[in-house]
Amino acid sequence: MAGLHKSEIQNPVLNWIDTRLPLITLMQKEYGSFPTPKNFNYFWNFGALATINLMVMIATGVFLAMNYDPSATGAFDSIQRIMRDVNYGWLLRYIHMNGATMFFAIIYIHIFRGMYYGSYKAPRELLWITGVFLFLLLMATAFLGYVLPWGQMSYWGATVITNLFSAVPLVGNWIVTLLWGGFSVADPTLNRFFALHYLLPFVITGVVFLHVVALHITGSNNPLGIDVKSEQDTVPFHPYYTAKDSVGMCVYFLIFACFVFFAPNYFGEPDNFIQANPLQTPAAIVPEWYFLPYYAILRAVPDKLMGVALMFSSILVWFILPWLDTSPVRSARFRPIYRAMMVVLVADMFLLGAVGAHHPMGIWILLGRVGTAWYFLHFCALPFIGYLEKPLPLPESISNPVLRDYQGPGGSGGGPLPAGAAAKPMEKP
Amino acid sequence: MSSTAVPVHQEAEFQGTTRRDFLTLLALAGAGVGVAAVAWPFIDSLEPAADTLAAGEPLDVDVSKIAPGQQIVVMWRGKPIFLVHRTPQAIKTLQSPKLLSILSDPNSHVAQQPTYAQNWHRSILPEFAVMVGICTHLGCVPGFFPNPSPTDPAPNWPGGYLCPCHGSKYDLAGRVYLGVPAPYNLPVPPYRVMSPTMLRIGENPEGSDFDLNSVVQI
Repeated sequence: MAGLHKSEIQNPVLNWIDTRLPLITLMQKEYGSFPTPKNFNYFWNFGALATINLMVMIATGVFLAMNYDPSATGAFDSIQRIMRDVNYGWLLRYIHMNGATMFFAIIYIHIFRGMYYGSYKAPRELLWITGVFLFLLLMATAFLGYVLPWGQMSYWGATVITNLFSAVPLVGNWIVTLLWGGFSVADPTLNRFFALHYLLPFVITGVVFLHVVALHITGSNNPLGIDVKSEQDTVPFHPYYTAKDSVGMCVYFLIFACFVFFAPNYFGEPDNFIQANPLQTPAAIVPEWYFLPYYAILRAVPDKLMGVALMFSSILVWFILPWLDTSPVRSARFRPIYRAMMVVLVADMFLLGAVGAHHPMGIWILLGRVGTAWYFLHFCALPFIGYLEKPLPLPESISNPVLRDYQGPGGSGGGPLPAGAAAKPMEKP
Repeated sequence: MSSTAVPVHQEAEFQGTTRRDFLTLLALAGAGVGVAAVAWPFIDSLEPAADTLAAGEPLDVDVSKIAPGQQIVVMWRGKPIFLVHRTPQAIKTLQSPKLLSILSDPNSHVAQQPTYAQNWHRSILPEFAVMVGICTHLGCVPGFFPNPSPTDPAPNWPGGYLCPCHGSKYDLAGRVYLGVPAPYNLPVPPYRVMSPTMLRIGENPEGSDFDLNSVVQI
């Protein structure tokens, strides 16, 4: 249905624009008065933080690209030039480098939040699935970007990761050749990796839009995991969550700045200060910390194809998570068994991370196999836990504070509500 | 929101500035300073980098190998620099009233050169011309036609430059003709004479601080 928008903006110029292109109304609706559950904790900061991090990465990346030379002979030197000769080039690069670390830290917490509070369950399945796509895109972008400085770790990381695809039956070697554009990782590889590293963030931005649209259709989940029952369960997004997000943003920028200014190479590998040498592999090939658990899963199986298949399925399994989990209760707060499983899963990820950082020798081989087995066991057990587990009683609504009195064995539930506690919806002051 | 409609006990809240107004302004001002501080490194990174500036250092040119009547072109800061060894005949032509009458700015009034080249031959040494070889019309490199000719490249040609793009004409001192698209004489870069055979492009003689960016049109 075509027709001009009936704008309520007072300013005549803005009204004229808003009548034809109601962007201001859209922003007010989606980020101003947008009704949001009033019980968010700080875990709900991380979507906004990820968006900010994406913008930081695109801004610094565009300016770095202005001084980067994507050729096998020039790439390493152009990075040194950025560090030494370009005004503030060191700052832009250190922000970009450590921005990758910040990005993964934020995303891992964001994913944990989704799993712990059951944010993937109906009706938010597509919201979750777009998120898994975003994570895969982020991993691809991070890997492509890590190759660009063309140091020893860049080169050998690229060699190892691209060779993973050779495990694919029938077409494996062909895929590897397509990635390389030659007989090995070389100049053509670097060129296409740079083109793709520049492209993917904009693809990510597009999928982020889908992610946000889906979020604003279903509305946010909340720490209780129960649906919003009435207006009194919500507060307008602005100023309540713009303010709460700002607090998280300040902490985020502080931590980010500590790394950039005081420990810029903390997550770096000394070998990457040596230019790529196709004739010599470094003594220890280690991926960036955010890939370590998957690296451990890859090495846990003494079979090339199985290792690669397990590694990819460790993330692909997230796509079917909404259907693996049969429990109707979202939040782990009311699911004693699932809550314990989530704690163990996080510990398991740290264990796998440690395994990935060590040579596959001695005890580390066993730990890697146990960790991998547990990881997949977790997801295989989910359908059964839904039936076995007896959830705790759910509160009637977000506004109803009886919940705390209910908890514990034999809890038979709190007194009457304090007068007026849930009577009046919160409004914008 | 008319104040008359507001109950008396609430009216106090709406009058004047509140603590919330102050905090909002403070937060916005803080964010504004932060954004400006972050924007600066991005803008500054667009300035020429240290190595680019180093590559724009002065350039020594040995002019002893240029035969009279010949021109060499050297590259300085990404621009073609014409160095011409003018013949005595060409030097004489620069002063001929017939030539001066068809030039747009024969006395170099427009600031297209340092003051030490603001003379009838637009150079330090009369026999050596030093010019930026970029047409002041739209940036093409003019062709070098040093020899007088009745027909080539133009009728009654006294020797000089013809731009291939839109036909602008200059004499051998880079002075532009009347009635051509180019508005100004060719710029003269800063340079100094190190020895009778050595010119240094990009450095002024003692006591001058001419900057090529200060000319009207490059």
